Amino acid sequence: MKISIASGKGGTGKTLVAVNMALSIGNVQLLDCDVEEPNAYLLLHPKISRIEPVYVHVPFVNEKLCDQCGKCSSFCQYNAIFVNPQKVLIFPELCHSCGGCALVCPKKAITEDKHEIGTLKIASADDLRLVYGELEVGEPMAVPVIREVKRKIGNSRNVILDSPPGTSCPVIETVKGSDFCILVTEPTPFGLHDLKIAVQVLKDMKIPLGVVVNRAGIGDKKVYEYCREKDIPILLEIPYQRRIAELYSKGVSFSLEMPEWKERFQTLFNDVRRFIGS
Amino acid sequence: MKQITVLSGKGGTGKTTLTAAFAVLAKKAVVADCDVDAPDLHMLLHPEIIETQEFKGSKLAVIDESKCVKCDLCREKCRFKAITENFKVDQFSCEGCGVCTIICPANAIALTERISGHAYISKTKFGFMSHAMLAPSEANSGKLVTLVRQNSKILAEKESIDLIIIDGPPGIGCPVIASVTGVDAGLVVAEPTMSGIHDLKRALQLLAHFDVLPFVCVNMYDINKDNTGEIESFCKENSVEIVGKIPFDPEVTEAMVNGKTIIEYSPRNVVAKEIETIWEKSSILISENNLNERAIHKQKRGDKLVVENSDKP
Repeated sequence: MKISIASGKGGTGKTLVAVNMALSIGNVQLLDCDVEEPNAYLLLHPKISRIEPVYVHVPFVNEKLCDQCGKCSSFCQYNAIFVNPQKVLIFPELCHSCGGCALVCPKKAITEDKHEIGTLKIASADDLRLVYGELEVGEPMAVPVIREVKRKIGNSRNVILDSPPGTSCPVIETVKGSDFCILVTEPTPFGLHDLKIAVQVLKDMKIPLGVVVNRAGIGDKKVYEYCREKDIPILLEIPYQRRIAELYSKGVSFSLEMPEWKERFQTLFNDVRRFIGS
Repeated sequence: MKQITVLSGKGGTGKTTLTAAFAVLAKKAVVADCDVDAPDLHMLLHPEIIETQEFKGSKLAVIDESKCVKCDLCREKCRFKAITENFKVDQFSCEGCGVCTIICPANAIALTERISGHAYISKTKFGFMSHAMLAPSEANSGKLVTLVRQNSKILAEKESIDLIIIDGPPGIGCPVIASVTGVDAGLVVAEPTMSGIHDLKRALQLLAHFDVLPFVCVNMYDINKDNTGEIESFCKENSVEIVGKIPFDPEVTEAMVNGKTIIEYSPRNVVAKEIETIWEKSSILISENNLNERAIHKQKRGDKLVVENSDKP
């Protein structure tokens, strides 16, 4: 079973929920797909067993064969190739690695080169398996790194995917293929606004979803009203408690220090399982 | 014209709360909300939309079933696994590259433009605002950020306003890069948690990578004073100025619930006062004199000068 944890708004507690749920149910594979700012390992202090570079393919032009016809440049939808009479300029950070330029080149002057954009780390903490990616600073494209993280999904364990914030391509790439998505929100106007967008995305993708309200007690009641109206289950509420915030700030998973929460996260997991009928 | 971006790396550290307060304090500035996936600034500034633009950010392959000969070539060549077994295009996987259109022997596939969102030019009580909304599950937020920034510049020039305040998205990827390229300064809002420190460091690296003057403020600094101390010493070691420390205060959330910036809602509140100080210090840091001095200093050290706006996504 694959459960993704997403949010729309940043900083609502995705990683908090992902890590605490993973620790509470045990024997899971946790994928931190927030490759721009991976934080799960900061709470888990895992042992890293493997580091792999993540490459994308970018065009390499053989100047001897190229006659500057410009077909590659006019084909490229991402403006990653610029052809002038003297030279072909490649902008690797704009390239999506579709391979189209090599296909259209009549002189067969284009081959592909590897370009490193990040790293993949495989780690473990007790029976928990963690895979996370790190996008290199200055590289714009998170999606290829997320794809590599997801390629490490195994079959033997339940999988939890911690998504980046937002609602665009990195989030889509993360939640794609999940059996269920938990949206973590906070009961504030910003939380609600971004929750609505995230719900829309998941409905478009036909992924069943439920909500976890974090920092319950602050803000107002509109998140609850919205969920009731739209028939979205609220699976868990985590109250705003200074102790939880302080433990998080120290990099401690609060379910380890407050054992009643271990049970609540197990219940959360079982509810999700019942929900999707597996 | 000066441009300052408020960013954070980690989400939810208070970028929008701060940017909205700046919009009130700045008196004369264009505000740009570059968090186009999940824009929240409008809920505090209540813009009145003057102009709406369609944003066509990406393309989508469409297969004409009547022409398709099911040869499988498109499926084979598509690197995004965007064509299903029954020859339908999966819109969540298609990146609009066009490889399938040239590989198809039956000429059955075409690229179509899709409207991926809207950009808005608006007026608020405090001045002009450039913002946008990416349609849910659309790609290319970086391009839309670039459009929001272009609009903000046009507005500023037209109205003779010499400051643009940009509310950035979380993370360090494409839309964040589009929000910081060519700006004069980046204010990183940090949070004194382990994740907050980690993400602050990456955000500072990003600003260094694009040669943008960094400075930092710590939000909810009293949640963990040890970590705040760590942020302070890290910044000191790296010669990054800390322009303020904001305490945790539930009144900030109250102001948000009431759709107001903390400056309007409770001007005497400690957070409001601290943000005023942060704004004053930031204004000095992005003043002509200070930026010139920085440029001269860098030139002496042989570093490259502040990069002119390149606007690359």
